[in-house]
Amino acid sequence: MKRIVSAKEAISQIKDGATIMVGGFLSCGTPDKLIDELVEQNVQKLTMISNDTSIPTADKGKLIVNKQVKKVITTHIGTNPETGRQMNAGELDVELVPMGTLVERIRAKGTGMGGILTPTGVGTVLEENKETINVDGKKFIFERPIGADFALIYGSKVDKYGNVTFHGTTRNMNTIMATAADTVIIQADEIVDAINPDDVVIPGLFIDYIVLNEEAGKCSK
Amino acid sequence: MQQVTLTRDNTLSFDPKAAAPQLSKEQVREIIAKRVAKEFKEGDVVTLGIGLPTAAADYVPADKHIIFQSENGLLGLGKKQSGENPDPHIINAGGGLVEVQEGACFFDSATALTMMRGGHIDATVLGALQVDQEGSIASWMIPEKFVPGMGGSMDLVVGAKRVIVAMEHTSKGSIKIVKKCTLPLTAYREVDLIITERCVFDVTPTGLLLTEINPMFTLEDIKDSVTADFEVSTSVKFMEV
Repeated sequence: MKRIVSAKEAISQIKDGATIMVGGFLSCGTPDKLIDELVEQNVQKLTMISNDTSIPTADKGKLIVNKQVKKVITTHIGTNPETGRQMNAGELDVELVPMGTLVERIRAKGTGMGGILTPTGVGTVLEENKETINVDGKKFIFERPIGADFALIYGSKVDKYGNVTFHGTTRNMNTIMATAADTVIIQADEIVDAINPDDVVIPGLFIDYIVLNEEAGKCSK
Repeated sequence: MQQVTLTRDNTLSFDPKAAAPQLSKEQVREIIAKRVAKEFKEGDVVTLGIGLPTAAADYVPADKHIIFQSENGLLGLGKKQSGENPDPHIINAGGGLVEVQEGACFFDSATALTMMRGGHIDATVLGALQVDQEGSIASWMIPEKFVPGMGGSMDLVVGAKRVIVAMEHTSKGSIKIVKKCTLPLTAYREVDLIITERCVFDVTPTGLLLTEINPMFTLEDIKDSVTADFEVSTSVKFMEV
C-alpha cells in the first residue's frame, strides 16, 4: 500500500534548493494542487525540470512569477513572458533543451543508462561544447542523464498500490518522470482500490506518495 | 551577388507593368494553407506546427484521409472542441481543446518524440524566421529579442520524412529566404520544400529550384524578395490561388 497524504504533508518534504521535475504539457496533466502547495510553503531556490513554464497565472507559471525557481531546464518558455523577462534580467537561469532530448535524458536516468545519442541539434548551437559520436557514418550528440530529488506528477486515476491510468493527453512527461526522481509524488483526480492490470500505464512501484485532488471530480470526466 | 538561373526558356508570361499586390494577413494565410494542403497524400501522418501551418488542416479535402499527430501525445487530432461540456484533458500542442478522430490514440512524450525523431512522420509543416538555400532552417530564437525555445521542433525537423516550411514570404519587409541563415539554426539542411504566398521552392541537393509562382507576382518580385540563389524550373507553373 502506498501512502495517501495531503498535499501539505507531501510537499513539506521539499526543501530550499531542491531539484524538482514537474509533469504536464502546459496545464494539461499538470499537478496543479501540488504546485499551489509549493507556492503556499514558498520553497525557494528550486531547480525545475519541466516541458514548459505554462502561463503566468497557472501551475508551473506561478512558481516562476513567485520567484521560487533559480534554474529551469525546459523545452519552451514562449507561453510565459515572465520566464523570458527574468532570464533577460539575469534573475533566472534557463536551459532550453529539445523536447525529445529532454524526455530521453530523463528516461536514461530512470532506466539506469549512462546517457543518450541524439541526431537532434547536430549542426546547431546545441552541439557546442558537447561530445559528438559517429555511429555508422552519422553524427550524434552525447547527452547526459538527468534526474531530480522529487518528481511531481499527475494521474487521472491511481489505485492504492500506486498504479496509474490516464485520460486524454495527460500522460506527456508524467510517465517518464515517475522513473527518474528519488521521491515521486502523484496528484490523482481519483483514487480507487485497484485498477485492472490491463489498464495500468505507470506501474505502482514507481510511486511514493499519492495526493487526492478533491476538486478534480468537478471538472474531469 | 544573388544568382538566378533560368533553365531554358521560361514559359510563363507576366505583365511587366503590374505592381506587386498588397495582400492582407488573412489572404496570405489562406493562399499558403491551401497550397500546403495539396502536399499531403492519402494516409499520410502529418505533424503541423503552431500558427499558420495549423490552418492547412482546414483545406484537406473531406475524402482524403490524413492523420494528424500532436507532440503532446495524440495521433488522430480532430477539430477544435465545441459544445457545452468541453473536456479539458484533451489538448493540441498549442493548448487548445480538441476532438479526436476515429482510430485516435493517446501516448506519452517519449512515444510522441519517438514518432517525430525516429522517422515515423510522413510530413511536417512549420513556420520559420529564416530558411537558406542549403535547406537549413532557423525558427526558435532571435538572440536577446525573442527566445520562445524549440519545443519539439528540432526533433521533428531532423526526423520527419518530409519537411515543409510554410511562412509569409517576408517579415515586415525583411527577407527570410536567404543565402545562409544568420539566426541560430533549428536544423542544418533538413528542409525539402518552401511554400510562401508568392512562390514555391523545392530544396534540391544543388540548391533552390523555383517551381511555382503566384500569378499575382512576377519573377522580378521573387528575385527582389529573396537573397538566396535559385534556379527556375523548366516546368515552372503558376500557383493555384
